[in-house]
Amino acid sequence: MRLSRFVASLAVAFWAQGAVAEDFKLAVTTSFDSSGLAEVLLPAIAADLGLRVQLLVVGTGQALELGEAGDVDAVLVHSKAAEEEFVAAGHATHRREIMYNDYVVIGPKADPAGAAAAGTAKDAFAAIARAEAPFVSRGDDSGTHKAELKLWKSAGIEPAGAWYSAVGQGMGAALNTAAGLDAYILSDRASWLTFGNKAGLVLLFQGDKALFNQYSYLPVNPAKHPHVKAVAAMRLEEWLTGPKAKALIDGYKIEGQTLFVFNAE
Amino acid sequence: MMDLLAGLGAAFGLLASGDGDLLQIVGLSLRVSVGATLVASLIGLPLGAWLAINRFAGRRMVIATLNALMGLPPVVVGLMVYVVFSRAGPLGVLGLLFTPTVMVVAQVIIITPLIASIAHQAIRELWADYHDLLISLNTTRLQRIRALLWDGRRALLTASLAGFGRAIGEVGAVMVVGGNIDHATRVLTTAIALETGKGNFAMALALGIVLIALALAVNLAVHALSRTERGSRW
Amino acid sequence: MVALEAVEIWRAGRRILGPLSLGLAADGVTILIGPNGSGKTSLLRALHGLERISGGRILWPGDAATLRARQAFVFQTPVLMRRSVVDCIAYPLILLGESRAAARAKAAAMAGGMGLGAALYRPASVLSGGERQKMALARALIRGPEVLFLDEPCANLDTTSTREIEALLSRARAGGTRIIMSTHDLGQARRLADDVVLLHEGAVIEQGDRRFFDGPATQAGCAFLNGELLS
Repeated sequence: MRLSRFVASLAVAFWAQGAVAEDFKLAVTTSFDSSGLAEVLLPAIAADLGLRVQLLVVGTGQALELGEAGDVDAVLVHSKAAEEEFVAAGHATHRREIMYNDYVVIGPKADPAGAAAAGTAKDAFAAIARAEAPFVSRGDDSGTHKAELKLWKSAGIEPAGAWYSAVGQGMGAALNTAAGLDAYILSDRASWLTFGNKAGLVLLFQGDKALFNQYSYLPVNPAKHPHVKAVAAMRLEEWLTGPKAKALIDGYKIEGQTLFVFNAE
Repeated sequence: MMDLLAGLGAAFGLLASGDGDLLQIVGLSLRVSVGATLVASLIGLPLGAWLAINRFAGRRMVIATLNALMGLPPVVVGLMVYVVFSRAGPLGVLGLLFTPTVMVVAQVIIITPLIASIAHQAIRELWADYHDLLISLNTTRLQRIRALLWDGRRALLTASLAGFGRAIGEVGAVMVVGGNIDHATRVLTTAIALETGKGNFAMALALGIVLIALALAVNLAVHALSRTERGSRW
Repeated sequence: MVALEAVEIWRAGRRILGPLSLGLAADGVTILIGPNGSGKTSLLRALHGLERISGGRILWPGDAATLRARQAFVFQTPVLMRRSVVDCIAYPLILLGESRAAARAKAAAMAGGMGLGAALYRPASVLSGGERQKMALARALIRGPEVLFLDEPCANLDTTSTREIEALLSRARAGGTRIIMSTHDLGQARRLADDVVLLHEGAVIEQGDRRFFDGPATQAGCAFLNGELLS
């Protein structure tokens, strides 16, 4: 009898959910997660707000789907057009700009297409297309993917052919593929800096304003989904646009480089 | 090759240091997969035995279907469970998406057919052996199931362990329904996928070695506790 | 005691047994003899209810529902359960609801009386052929059945084991158990039989008491005793 009671209480302890601070589900993009900024922000949020933010790291497309279905409480993405559509459709109450980072053009050290010498981002892309040099695309409807497509469009090119590979994966996996294929790829700076398998790839082009990437926070509309944690979402938004967040975001560096610039009003 | 060695080294380092994150991930992996195995065994073992000894119209169809369900791709199961438990889905009100509970549900769906199939095969052979004797002794159906389950317990244990192996090693379902949330729903397999995607092959390999070691450890522990390979032949 | 009326058994479109009408007395040892394929096994299994008959009736006295519970069967190849010897023998008692301890005690006593005491707690699979059959016999007798069926019980056993089994059967008979068995061994039939039934191709050729062995009534019976192949 004693033994079975012990086993039972062991089973309960093992399987019971622990006591919680408030849980908050936030859908974010893979580029945000791989920057490592979350490791800095989340503990501060937990300490200041008592919120245990659970990050669902997905592409922008899926993040907005999660918000639409009400499976998360808020969304942090970087695709203005899609965000405005999202708000217009009533899935979020509003969008609040928080910070921006930038994209960089990565490619093989030999740079067969001469992308490094280009004057603007779209010229670099045009050069790659002209040379039909191997190019890896995210292909997953993410913010990065949409930014890449915008660049092709501005260069007047529809990328297609054996040289253009759409992998349908997150930034890290796409970089892996590019490293394996010795191909060009558009990446956010943070993912590139934290990427562990650079192989023969180097940073070839940066700095064009067209490569700037705005992150915004969208709280899911409680009128549509009454169960979402609307109050917590508001408190989080306030924190993310406040001085502590500004200090942490602006102060976050990898290899001496600032990754994000706080620009909330 | 360098990555493999680096991975081995990292694995030992991780295990030796008793890294807190690693322990949490290992703990969750066990919680989900052991839990799923227990539930799936409670369903699958009696089901397999029942199918072995009962004859009814369409029985062969049911057995064929059960065997076919062993081949359910985990990621598809995950996707279907996701759709059901999403807020937009029929069971959304339960709010179980992205929790360990729904991960257990998905794994139960994946491994129950496997456990039931193996159990069915084992019990069927045993039943063929015992058939005349049990009929001659005028046993009730319940008595037959009990005798077969008890005498076949070693094979049933194998069935359960096969289910456990499948559960702890799958990544498709738990990734989709769990969301691989750090400190909440991240298990060994999803962590491996994450590290691989980041290009951290050494870490990914280390986690892989930990996973293999864990699976082996559980199997060895179960065999030791049930004294399977000692003494008696059965 | 038991009457068979026009009993037939068909399997896969072939007639295995019958139409067969037979009456068996209420005590003693009845031995079924006959060539391979004559239907001895089918008849035994049908009598015990292990085979379904395709036509005719088998009439036992007493309550039909509890019939099988008052009988026992020893198979040509003993069925071993994946348990210890004592648990195998005790199993029929446990089915009746007896406590494990009480059942095991009775099983141990029975096994001891048959010379199986040494291997009691070892798995049944370690027993030799002769010991296995003795175990099966112990298991069959432990509930004190009214009727004991045996299907060529000594077919695969050596002389010593055969002798031991025959001694146990004689003891059971003396204790009042009705024994109906088949055998290939004419010598065994001679030693044990109170009455004999000769089967051939699913039909009863001859039925009689012990005097059959001194002088059968039919030509086929004579031919069989002479060791000839029956046509």
